[in-house]
Amino acid sequence: MNALRRNVLKGAAGASTVAIAVAAGLLKPTQAMAAWNAAAFDAKNVGGAMKGLGVSAPVDSKDIAIKAPDIAENGAVVPVEVTSNIAGTTSIAILAEKNGTPLVADFTLSGGAMGFVSTRIKMGQTSLVRAVVKAGGKSYTAAKEVKVTIGGCGG
Amino acid sequence: MAEPMRIRATMTGDVADVKVLMNHPMETGQRKDAKTGQLVPAHFIQEVTATIGGATVLSANLGSGVSKNPYLGFKVKGPKAGDKVVVNWTDNKGDKNTAETTIA
Repeated sequence: MNALRRNVLKGAAGASTVAIAVAAGLLKPTQAMAAWNAAAFDAKNVGGAMKGLGVSAPVDSKDIAIKAPDIAENGAVVPVEVTSNIAGTTSIAILAEKNGTPLVADFTLSGGAMGFVSTRIKMGQTSLVRAVVKAGGKSYTAAKEVKVTIGGCGG
Repeated sequence: MAEPMRIRATMTGDVADVKVLMNHPMETGQRKDAKTGQLVPAHFIQEVTATIGGATVLSANLGSGVSKNPYLGFKVKGPKAGDKVVVNWTDNKGDKNTAETTIA
């Protein structure tokens, strides 16, 4: 299934191709609808990634705190912590804006999980690290610049 | 195959603090092998789910931009010490791994 999906995605950008493949009966809907959001993760720019996440024009919010180093010596491992103090936070996505594929991770929170995630990301170059938070059907965003002295992508 | 992962959960007040360290190369598919000059195929964790006491608290989609041996920390309000925490991941080659612990 995976090889097939790769081939399908190679043709053109994500969702529409998959939709056509579904229509043509190449993929069963259950396979095409695998939880992993390929359209968002394969997007090559921030706009595409946001679209894939189903986010349009998120509002800047001071209630989102991004904890990341000002200067990252090693772009391969940049610790990032996102805390959302927005009530009813249901998901937090982390994007490194200038990475080849900006979307790094998308966390969906439920069952008492607080608006907090902590992880480590790769960054190809100095860039804004952006958090996109969904809460109560709306989306909010905040960003912090991280300077990278040695890139962590490619090599 | 998949290496074991490390997981720790502790209570601070009424909040469970869960930390997970997964062992995984997280290849982006853009890196070249130094010897052969060939691209190393992408190999990264795509989905992570965490449950506490059987209820899902976190389901994450990861991209190849997450660092090697991914670290993941999250906080959950409500559970009690002794509740079981289970974390599962699946990568883009279909490998899976699971780990569980009890909240201390």
